[in-house]
Amino acid sequence: MAITSVKNLKEFSTANDRFEGAHTLCPGCAHSMIVRELMNCTDDNLVVTTNTGCLEVSTAVYPFTSWDTSWMHIGFENAASAAGGAEAMYKARKKKGTLKDNDAPVKFVAFGGDGSTFDIGFQWLSGAFERGHDFTYICLDNENYANTGGQRSSATPIGATTSTAQAGTHSYGKKEKKKDIVAIMAAHGAPYVAQLAPNKWKSMAKGFQKALETEGPCFINTVSPCCTEWRFDPKDTISITDLATDTLMFPIYEIIDGHELNILYRPKNVLPVEEYLAAQGRYKHLFKPENKHVIEEIQKNINEYWEMLQRREEARV
Amino acid sequence: MAEKFDLQEREVWDGNYAASQAMRQAKVDVMAAYPITPSTPIVENYGAYVANGYVDGEFVMVESEHAAMSACVGASAAGGRVATATSSQGFALMVEVLYQASGMRLPIVLNVVNRALASPLNVRGDHADMYLGRDSGWIQMDAFNSQEAYDLALCAFKIGENHSVRLPVMVHQDGFITSHTAQNVYPLTDEAAYNFVGEIDPVDDMLDFSRPVTYGAQTEEDWHFEHKAKQHKALMDSVPVIEDVFAEFEKVSGRKYKRVESYMMEDAEVAIVALGTTVETSRVAALRMREQGIKAGVVAPRVFRPFPFDEIRDALENVKSVAVLDRSSPGGAMGAFYNEVSAALYTTENRPLVTNYIYGLGGRDFAVKDAMDIFADQKANADAGHITTDIQQFSGLRGPKLGFFKTKRG
Repeated sequence: MAITSVKNLKEFSTANDRFEGAHTLCPGCAHSMIVRELMNCTDDNLVVTTNTGCLEVSTAVYPFTSWDTSWMHIGFENAASAAGGAEAMYKARKKKGTLKDNDAPVKFVAFGGDGSTFDIGFQWLSGAFERGHDFTYICLDNENYANTGGQRSSATPIGATTSTAQAGTHSYGKKEKKKDIVAIMAAHGAPYVAQLAPNKWKSMAKGFQKALETEGPCFINTVSPCCTEWRFDPKDTISITDLATDTLMFPIYEIIDGHELNILYRPKNVLPVEEYLAAQGRYKHLFKPENKHVIEEIQKNINEYWEMLQRREEARV
Repeated sequence: MAEKFDLQEREVWDGNYAASQAMRQAKVDVMAAYPITPSTPIVENYGAYVANGYVDGEFVMVESEHAAMSACVGASAAGGRVATATSSQGFALMVEVLYQASGMRLPIVLNVVNRALASPLNVRGDHADMYLGRDSGWIQMDAFNSQEAYDLALCAFKIGENHSVRLPVMVHQDGFITSHTAQNVYPLTDEAAYNFVGEIDPVDDMLDFSRPVTYGAQTEEDWHFEHKAKQHKALMDSVPVIEDVFAEFEKVSGRKYKRVESYMMEDAEVAIVALGTTVETSRVAALRMREQGIKAGVVAPRVFRPFPFDEIRDALENVKSVAVLDRSSPGGAMGAFYNEVSAALYTTENRPLVTNYIYGLGGRDFAVKDAMDIFADQKANADAGHITTDIQQFSGLRGPKLGFFKTKRG
């Protein structure tokens, strides 16, 4: 496969422009950075499918499209099935020799938000992984149903306020833990699974390239800070992501063949989670004295998870 | 290259086997499917062809019918020939994606083995699933027996893939009565069948990267209406293509199909209008009625969508009394088929009397005697010059007689 160099950010950012700058995503939305990185990291032809969500409604409003490659959206839940169907057709036509260009390599990529990945589209995702389609599924995880105005998903963390899990006089926001989608997808036995973040753009691009190169279904959960629903200034997207990775709220790691875990980023100074929480309006209520226990719980969860990741990395099982 | 499959000039096939043979002969590139009674054998038979090398395409066994149709949409947009099969609850689960498939103008072929919709759970045949698809923007064709399930499946590819149509096509057959009843079927040779169907020539091929395409864009009040109107027009404009394909099929098979199949209608005074296997039952009943001196006939749409409004009207306009048979629970209204036939007949000078019979739900048997009773009702109406019963009745229902809606004529 043709790999684009990822040494120089300026060069890389325009390496292979197939995602137009003209779209209607919010200023400061990390989705476009992540999508652009994916589309720029390879010269191969791309078939991209996308679940319903912010990315879809902001990039293909007739008569416009931001996609300078083959792109399909069907429903909220089925981008993985659509990619699987297209990939099956590619195999069938390649064998019969009916493709326009039978030699050019083609990669299949599906994008979904956390709502369509963790919740409504989970069955379709799981089915496509069990069948082993050769494609890469990328979750743009902004931890809520941002497209419909910020409702809770099973990716919303404990303590965040959303319109359907609100903080109020009798509530500190969402009470349930975030679903561990990376572990679930690794448990499918997928050859490559990772969690990546756009502030660590080199490791993100390398992870994308690894997924595209690897035969079989690969899953990547990407942290996509949402200035609108997380409530921060649009200019701070990357600094919020820095806090996410430096507090280990979002550890960056990969799992190969369902068991070989590699931590891809170790912060020199691990920051306390308060710094991450305090930077976002959705956690503001946690700093009231009666909610102090929630911050403690979040920190405890982070510490335990980081410990688990390190032990698994060491154990190589 | 696929292995050669030996076929006799005359085979004994049930409707499911007939449909799966048509899929094999059409050299489907991708079949993405999920099994459900009574259409499961179509998928299983195809699985046997895959296992024994009789097909070259990809067979994608997915985790639900929704995913099956989703994968079909992805596969079809990727430029090859696509087909699948389903029934009942599976069809209901597919509905969201059925609308997407037609909206994206993808020529997928769906074999629907008709079965009731729960609740109560029921695996037997009625037309509830067929009716559920009637506004989905697909062409719908209806087979009355195994031979027709085979013939229409071959025609479906040629119609849907035609560049002036570009629409998905359903081929319906009755659950169990057709799908599981072995009958004589005269298949075409593999060569004749494939020559008839022809190679697919994709439009807006997702795997042609020299011309990137965006599928499934969003339109709001500014453009949605124009798109849906255009889609409706495409369905309406498919009529001459359907007729051409039927004419071409007659040339290679000797079997003649029309958008509306009329039986002994030249001089008919009373008529039954029906779908599926009930058509053949009603034809036998019409013969018996004629032995009694009652001029009975049967009218049946071969093509349910686009609805053959004009052909139905022309077939029935000179009849005195018409019974429209709906094999689907009407849900608080006249049967849907009744309403459509009535609308066509309202435009005639003669305006025949039209009554509605709900029958055969969940596979309740509909016998020749039942059809004869309905003909007898129509004869009474014809003689009286008005409807002598409630407009809507239930045929074959146990317990007290049910009837709804009154006439003001007569």
